[in-house]
Amino acid sequence: MRKVAIVGAGLTKFVRRALETPKELSYEAAKTALDSCGLRLEDIDCVAHGTAPDAFDGLHQNGEYMVDGCGGWNKPTMRVYVGGGTGVHAIVHGWHHVASGMFDTCLVVCEEKMSSAMPHAQGFFLTIFDALTERELEPNLLWIFALEMNRYMNRYGYTKEDMALVAVNNKKNGLKHPSSQFKDEVTVEDVLNSEIMAYPVSRLDVSPVSDGGAAVVLAAESVARRITDKPVWIEGVGWSLDTAYWATRDLYYPRYTDTAARMAYEMAGIREPAKQINIAEPYDPFDYKALHHMEGLQLSPRGKTVELLRDGHFARDGNLPMCPSGGLLGVGNPIAAAGTMKVAELFWQLRGEAGERQVPGNPRLGVAQSWGDLMQVSSVVVVGN
Amino acid sequence: MQEKVKVSGGTGLTEKEARSGKIFYTEDSLDCAFAWDTGVAINRYLAEFKKGNIIATECRQCNRIMLPPRLFCELCFVPSGDWVYVKDTGIVNTFSICHVNWDASRIKEGEKPHLPAVIEIDGASEGMGIMHRLGEVEPDQIEIGMKVKAVWRPKAERTGSITDIKYFKPL
Amino acid sequence: MAILERIYRNIDNRYWNPGVKAFPVKNRYTAGVAGQRFFEEIKENGKIYGTPCKNCGVTFVPARMYCERCFARLDKWVDVGTEGTVFSFTVVHKTKSNEPKESPSLIAAVKIADGLLIHRLGKCPVDDVWIGMPVKAAFKPKKERRGGIEDIKYFKPL
Repeated sequence: MRKVAIVGAGLTKFVRRALETPKELSYEAAKTALDSCGLRLEDIDCVAHGTAPDAFDGLHQNGEYMVDGCGGWNKPTMRVYVGGGTGVHAIVHGWHHVASGMFDTCLVVCEEKMSSAMPHAQGFFLTIFDALTERELEPNLLWIFALEMNRYMNRYGYTKEDMALVAVNNKKNGLKHPSSQFKDEVTVEDVLNSEIMAYPVSRLDVSPVSDGGAAVVLAAESVARRITDKPVWIEGVGWSLDTAYWATRDLYYPRYTDTAARMAYEMAGIREPAKQINIAEPYDPFDYKALHHMEGLQLSPRGKTVELLRDGHFARDGNLPMCPSGGLLGVGNPIAAAGTMKVAELFWQLRGEAGERQVPGNPRLGVAQSWGDLMQVSSVVVVGN
Repeated sequence: MQEKVKVSGGTGLTEKEARSGKIFYTEDSLDCAFAWDTGVAINRYLAEFKKGNIIATECRQCNRIMLPPRLFCELCFVPSGDWVYVKDTGIVNTFSICHVNWDASRIKEGEKPHLPAVIEIDGASEGMGIMHRLGEVEPDQIEIGMKVKAVWRPKAERTGSITDIKYFKPL
Repeated sequence: MAILERIYRNIDNRYWNPGVKAFPVKNRYTAGVAGQRFFEEIKENGKIYGTPCKNCGVTFVPARMYCERCFARLDKWVDVGTEGTVFSFTVVHKTKSNEPKESPSLIAAVKIADGLLIHRLGKCPVDDVWIGMPVKAAFKPKKERRGGIEDIKYFKPL
């Protein structure tokens, strides 16, 4: 396998409701990523793109619709879709294209336009439930997260206040992100006092509905060194899906993340992730999920994560900064684009280009992870400089 | 520290702007419905609901009693063995108290919150839960680990559906 | 439960159909950055605009924000007129739900500059249409225009 580097990245702003069409959002992100490394579309050999459910955009085969905005015109183009996991998985997908030796450069583009879905994107998730054994109960999407969050908190004795600390941390980081759709800092009290949606989930425990795009440019080693003197290497990739019988799993531990992370660490030659990884971008559509994933990523001992969080271990200037971008809670959650945004953040952080959000101490290794489908998939990418 | 993060596009609109008439859009909805075949295993599962029973399948290799029943064990990847009746009691693995509807709207003032739960059914292998609703219980009385029992609809009202159990109530 | 059993048992499989419980969702499609201006010109001025890419020598209609071939941002807008030619057409005999239509209608791909607009053909007997036929956009009266493709009633023979 060849070494693969990230050489450029670009984002759109994340907004609640965008004027741009899904194609235009894709274009803005893709073009910005190309411009950031001085490449033209003709320098790109193939395109890997991603978007979460077609239903959001209301376009069947949304990937095919997006293709020209992703720079895929007349090029080998492939869409990947693993629900919320799509954003990081698209990077894994692009990595395959280049690592295999088939292509020297790959443009990875993810987009989501959730505002198309009316009255609310959440409604479109009804069809993920098993039609025969679950849908007749008239479930809604929040149920499964609330059930998982409750199980997780109960298992380790975590409180709602503990979880709120994550929302506060991420939203604070996100205020300094140029793509963020938020303007205001929130406090633990704000989170606890926000309206209850599905106990234990309150409004501010959840990331918002967003529109946005994100893109990165991948290149093989020989090409990467000609494009930039600061390539960020993809050192490990991993992914895994757990059973779709979600109610029969240990909801308090993300086994799928565990498997995916171990795969990525093995490839990267990482033996002690909690000591070796300098920055973590776990997937955080809900505040508890960030901690849940930190445990699955082997970055925090099970049941001790809140303790570390309270000690400032995961703050931007802590030992292991968590979601320095702000994550989905702090920047926004255009599903597929949000995962790619996390990898873009690591790219900037490892190059020392993250401005006000820069993690101190010249970070060398970062991990990004995204999660989705019926709470069952994890995709993990380890990058280093 | 130099900021080199590149951002372009993403023009935000408020709902008011979107509806002002100055922003052009079209709206459409698909007027269609689906029908799902039950498949082999779930066919029997639902047929047994009509009789007031919960049935599972056993994996002939790992001997898991699997619920909902399935034609094959997804861990061993072998065809399932015997059908096994399990009890209609279990314990609450986790639960939620939900104040929003499927489309993210709030439930009506005075309406009782929905009480979804994962219930580990007695007689199935450990951890084998199904999603269902809780009833005849005050939300603040629900606890993880609580024993519950199915409340069945009267026989004449059952249709061979998961909702032939109205809800689970505390034992 | 052997795998083979499913062949015999399949016959009594029930199915569940939510019927009226089908969830009432809809999608809203914004015209986008380029679409906003494209429809503005149709609505206000009865004009059709395209965006030429000078690198590729292509004029896109409807106007687009970017060239899909070279990824250039397209800032120059040109009035491409309201006339075009029938690039291809089809005679539609069935409705969307596959019922017979009262009378067949014409749908055409109308070539304007280097782009194609899919629209209805009006004032044109079904037997009279031919590929290459010159056509012209027939706009709704200005006060009925809403900023969408329906602001053009149909294309009619010149």
